[in-house]
Amino acid sequence: MSSEIAPESAPEHPNAGDTAAVQPLAAGASAEHPLSAGASTEHPLDGAYVALARPRAGWAFLGSEIAVLFRRRRTWVMLIALAAIPVLIAVAVRISSAGSTPGRGPAFLGQITNNGLFVGLVALIICIPLFLPLTIGVVAGDTIAGEASSSTLRYLLVAPVGRARLLLVKFVAAAAFCVAATLVIIVAGALIGAALFPIGSVTLLSGDTVSLGEAGVRALLIAAYVTLSLLGLTAIGMFISTLTDIPVGAMAATVVVSIISQVLDSLPQLDWLHPWLFTHYWLDFADLLRQPIDWSSFGSNALLQLAYVAVFGALAFGRFSTKDILS
Amino acid sequence: MTAGAGAELAIETHGLTKTFGKQTAVNGIDLAVPRGSVFGFLGPNGSGKTTTIRVLLGLASATSGEVSVLGQPLPGRLASVLPRVGALIEGPGFYPFLSGQANLRRLDSADRYVSSSTRHARVDAALERVGLSHAAGKKVKAYSLGMKQRLGIANALLTPRDLIVLDEPTNGLDPQGTREVRNLVRSLTAEGTTVFVSSHLLAEIEQICTHAAVMRAGNLVAQGSLDDLRRAGQARVRVLTPDDLAAEQVLRRLGLVPEHPDARGDGHADVTVSAPITDDLAPDTVVSALVAAGVRVRGFEVERATLEDLFVALTGEGFDVVQ
Ligand SMILES: Nc1ncnc2c1ncn2[C@@H]1O[C@H](COP(=O)(O)OP(=O)(O)OP(=O)(O)O)[C@@H](O)[C@H]1O
Ligand SMILES: [Mg+2]
Repeated sequence: MSSEIAPESAPEHPNAGDTAAVQPLAAGASAEHPLSAGASTEHPLDGAYVALARPRAGWAFLGSEIAVLFRRRRTWVMLIALAAIPVLIAVAVRISSAGSTPGRGPAFLGQITNNGLFVGLVALIICIPLFLPLTIGVVAGDTIAGEASSSTLRYLLVAPVGRARLLLVKFVAAAAFCVAATLVIIVAGALIGAALFPIGSVTLLSGDTVSLGEAGVRALLIAAYVTLSLLGLTAIGMFISTLTDIPVGAMAATVVVSIISQVLDSLPQLDWLHPWLFTHYWLDFADLLRQPIDWSSFGSNALLQLAYVAVFGALAFGRFSTKDILS
Repeated sequence: MTAGAGAELAIETHGLTKTFGKQTAVNGIDLAVPRGSVFGFLGPNGSGKTTTIRVLLGLASATSGEVSVLGQPLPGRLASVLPRVGALIEGPGFYPFLSGQANLRRLDSADRYVSSSTRHARVDAALERVGLSHAAGKKVKAYSLGMKQRLGIANALLTPRDLIVLDEPTNGLDPQGTREVRNLVRSLTAEGTTVFVSSHLLAEIEQICTHAAVMRAGNLVAQGSLDDLRRAGQARVRVLTPDDLAAEQVLRRLGLVPEHPDARGDGHADVTVSAPITDDLAPDTVVSALVAAGVRVRGFEVERATLEDLFVALTGEGFDVVQ
């Protein structure tokens, strides 16, 4: 936006060159200035400067948080990378027109050539173990540690944002990223699938056939399931983020936690532990592809994620509310 | 300290202590910052200024001691105190990928006590006040050090405040910027704002402050109005004359103790004779005594202690950081 700085204004200022845009602080003008003493009574904005007696709800800050998150180039790069995965899958399947050997590759891979709608589903299955946790790790690990490392945390707290409110807003914004990440995969998959393969009614796992519209609703349900699945990890990431001032450390630790959980989930010796692992239900959305829908795994997953959000949200608050901000 | 006096203080601490592990960064200080004052918070590097400010703003908790800001005890009433306080703490902090204007709007939206309908106008007014209007749309990563510092000051001015805390506000500013910060502080006090400014640029403090406190290795070694502090320092008379020996005799007769001179006079060239002087002895008495004794007085001055003398006297000559 440097174009707004008119180069021709440079000669008017004593300090030319790259500080041309800077005028003297409060120079001369302070007497007519709305914020300064003398003129304040005549200024049209005068009454507005009076501090509000009671605080407002403060939705503007949530809006600002989400806008900042989605304005960052890093966020865009991650979303584009996620969108590239269904495209890669579709192109690969299309090029090797021979079709895949049944039983190899992820579930539903073989269906793609019959119905392009399955591209998004296959892409989700591929992304869930690593790519999605990676992006969530970046966003959730950055929540507090990122603000600390850019020194903005102290200014937010002095503004004052309130520590509990900051955590809440950060969590909601990170959850918005989870929604965006899942939707990007599903939508990019549907678009590339429609472009490269036939599209039509979908045969469910139960053998029933549903219309294209109904299939779209099921796809959104799956997106909701996956988003929900990621909330526990988001809360863990936010908690880790309150422990350090180094965002990269918090991001890496969050991703590592998600991998460890999946490894533990794959060890049959630890059967008793599996239902308590936040990754346990991550791939169990197949029940949403039956007629009638079997909601049991959805319910168990929702309960488990909620418990993780509650526990790690409380831990994050416990840590953050008493933390000395020295960054 | 009576309750009545407490209401007149913008900042009041009793035995404020902050330790980091074994190290005591702030050691039981009793600050008393009067309302409406410009309060200079002085001290060498590492003496605990920023740490004190962090505690005053609720960023760090005190290890022990009591703190009240704007008459409200902390940390209990932090949420109602902070909206009335603007601050620049140990340098500015902004999102490099946002413009200066967008950064200020975001920080303003964090404050639930201000009206969002006036946000744009207030942000633009604050930017104008620090001379950044033309760079408002530029990304902060493209700002120079001084521009970031100005933006940090603008952040403290988003709404009228009762107290503004500025931690080394002129860091990185050009001479014009430094001068304009002084003007800004004056206009803030004219609005009734108390300004608490930490610095080690003594000349700067001396020009704008009404009160000052001096920190040394975590301890508060002096505090009071600037006049009181200066009075605590030693004034001295300096006489420029070729008759140095005669002048010294006169001074001794008046009860003064002349200092060992840098050079002795030869009866022709001027030399300086100096001696510490107290307020009981009027300078004109000294001059008339000198003249009556036939001393050729070619120059005479009473030199007040500068804040720098006082600062060095209180914090020591040593250059090394104490802790
Ligand atoms: N996060 C920290 N952990 C440990 N010690 C710290 C921390 N921050 C500050 N200190 C110590 O506390 C003391 C006071 O530091 P502080 O930053 O308050 O000094 P200061 O007066 O602001 O110095 P300067 O003029 O350099 O800004 C120093 O000895 C410093 O080493
Ligand atoms: Mg400091």
